[in-house]
Amino acid sequence: MGKILMKGNEAIGEAGIRAGCLNYFAYPITPQSEVAEYLSHRMPEVGGVFLQGESEVAVGYMIFGAAACGERVFTTSSSPGISLMSEAISYIAGAQCPAVFVNIMRGGPGLGGILPSQADYFQATKGGGHGDYRLLVMAPASVQEAVEMVMAAFPLAEKYRNPVMILGDGLIGQMMEPVEFPEHLKSEPSNKDDWATNGMDTRKSKKRNLVKSLFLDPVKLNEHNLILKAKYDRMKCEEVRYEPYNADSDYRILIVSYGTMSRVCKTAVDNLKAEGIDVGMIRPQTLFPFPEEAVFQAASKKSCRMALSIEMSMGQMVEDVERCVHGKCPVRWYGKCGGEVPTPEEIMDVVRSYLP
Amino acid sequence: MGKTFKRPEALSEMDSHYCPGCTHGVAHRLVAEVIDELGIRGRTVGIAPVGCAVLAYNYFTFDFQEAAHGRAPAMATGIKRVRPDLVVFTYQGDGDLASIGMGEIIHAANRGEKFTTVFINNAVYGMTGGQMAPTTMPGQRTTTSPFGRDVNDVGMPIKVSELLSALNTPAYITRQSVIKPKYIVKAKKAIKTAFEYQLERRCFSFVELVSTCPTNWGLTPVEAVKWAEETLIPYYSLGDFKTPEQVKGGTDAK
Repeated sequence: MGKILMKGNEAIGEAGIRAGCLNYFAYPITPQSEVAEYLSHRMPEVGGVFLQGESEVAVGYMIFGAAACGERVFTTSSSPGISLMSEAISYIAGAQCPAVFVNIMRGGPGLGGILPSQADYFQATKGGGHGDYRLLVMAPASVQEAVEMVMAAFPLAEKYRNPVMILGDGLIGQMMEPVEFPEHLKSEPSNKDDWATNGMDTRKSKKRNLVKSLFLDPVKLNEHNLILKAKYDRMKCEEVRYEPYNADSDYRILIVSYGTMSRVCKTAVDNLKAEGIDVGMIRPQTLFPFPEEAVFQAASKKSCRMALSIEMSMGQMVEDVERCVHGKCPVRWYGKCGGEVPTPEEIMDVVRSYLP
Repeated sequence: MGKTFKRPEALSEMDSHYCPGCTHGVAHRLVAEVIDELGIRGRTVGIAPVGCAVLAYNYFTFDFQEAAHGRAPAMATGIKRVRPDLVVFTYQGDGDLASIGMGEIIHAANRGEKFTTVFINNAVYGMTGGQMAPTTMPGQRTTTSPFGRDVNDVGMPIKVSELLSALNTPAYITRQSVIKPKYIVKAKKAIKTAFEYQLERRCFSFVELVSTCPTNWGLTPVEAVKWAEETLIPYYSLGDFKTPEQVKGGTDAK
C-alpha cells in the first residue's frame, strides 16, 4: 500500500478501523480531538458507529455497554478525560469485558496544560480506578508504532477479556509521520457467546448472559479477584515487550525511557557514542507488564554504574525501575513537566554530570 | 380449563429481596409481561441500576448488564448504537436517574436514543437506608433531612417527566403509578406502548412510575399507598406528557 504521511491522532483513528473496530465513542479534549474529528467522517464511510458523548464519564459507559455486547469498541481521550473514565475502566475490568482506551497524555495535575507529558504512568499502570485490576498498557514511540499497538490492542483485549490502554502523548498525537498500515486484521473466532449480552436469539441459546462486577458474597468476590489476578500474571509471562538500544556496549549508564522521551534519549545516546561515551538504553514498549527481567539484567551488567529513568513527569516510572534493579546499582531520575520536552543536549549534559 | 394466570417467562423463579409493600415487584412483573406478550425475550437486554433494584437481574430471565450508579442511559446508548436490533431498557430509581445520572438521562433522551427507560419514583433513597432524593417532597423527613426537606435550602423536588418534556426530541414521556390496580392497568399499557415504540425504532420512550417505599417512609404498606395517593400523585401528576404524534419535526420517526 505504501506509506502515507499522517497526523498521529488521525492514524490512531484509522488504526481502529483497520483492526476491524467499527465503533467509536468519544469526547473532545486537547490534544486528541482530531481523532474524533477524523472518525466523525471516516466511520460513516465504512458503515461504522461514531458518537460524541456528552462527557467522558458518559463515554466510558457507552464503551462498557457496547463492549459488554461483544462488539469491538474504542475511545481516545487525554489525562483529565481518562480520570473521568477511570471508574468505568474499573467496572469494565471487573466485569471482564474487552475494550481499548487511548490516552494522549497532557500536562497535569488538574487542568494542567495541553502540551505533552508522561505524568499518567501511575494512573495507567497502577490503576487509575478503584480495586484490584490492571490494564495491559502499551507505549508507542512513533506514529507507526501507535498504529501497530492500536491494532494489536483489540485481539489482546479479547484474549484477556480486559481493557487495554495505549499510552501516548501530545507529541505522538499531533505530529505527522509516514505510516504504513499493516494488513486489515482478520476477525478471529471469539468466545463472546460465552459471556456477552448479545441477545439469546443471536446466540441461539436458552441461557441468558449477565455482565456484572458485583459479588456481594466475600468468598465469591475473592474468587473473582483471583481469576482477575491470574490474567494479570499471565500477561506478565506472555506480553512483555521492550526494545534494547546500544545495550550490547559496555555502558556505565543505563537509560530507561519510553514513548516520545525515548526518541530524544536515542539521539542523545547516538551523539554521546560519537564522542566515545557508551550509554545503554531499555525502552519499555509495555508499561504493564513492565520489562522487569530485562531492566534487571541490563542494570546487572558489570560495567553498569547507574540506571537513569528519564520521563516527562516528576518521577513515576523511576519507582518501577528502582524496584526491578533490586539494588544492583543506584537509580536516578531526570525529567521535566508542564509540556516541556527535554532536548538531546540536556540529556547529554545530565549523563555527563554523572560520569567522573 | 387450563391456567389463566401464570408467572411470565421473562420473570425468574427467584424470591425477591424487596420489602413488603414495595412496588418494585409490580413494576418488574409488568415489564416481564410486556416482554412476553411482545415475544422479545430473546433479543432484550436490560440494564440494572444501583439502588434497591441493583439485583434486578436476578429476577429476569434474559440478558442483563449492571451499570454504575446513574450511568445506565450511557450504557444503553452504547448497546443500542452498536446493536440496534436488540431491545434495550434501563430500570432506574430516583437517586440513580435524577441525582447522579441526571446528565446521562437528559442527553440520551435529547439524542433520541431508541431505548426505553422505566423510572421508579418513590421520593427517597431506598437501598442506602432512606436518604433524601431529588424527588423527596417538601417537609418529608428522611435520614438526611431529619427536620423535613427545606425547600429554601435545597429547592423543590424535581419533576423528571416535565423536565425531559422540555426537550424537543424525546417523543414518548409518560408518568403512571403502580400503587393500586386502577393505576397498574394504565401503567402496563404505558410500558407496552413504550416498548412498541422501540420496536418501531420510533423514539426514546420514558415511563415514570410513582411508587411506594413503606420501609423508608416509616409507614405500613397500606399507609404508604394512602400517602402516595394524597401527597405524591397531586404533585407528580399522571398522564402522557409527550406522545410521538405530538412531536413535530419528524426527526424521531425513523
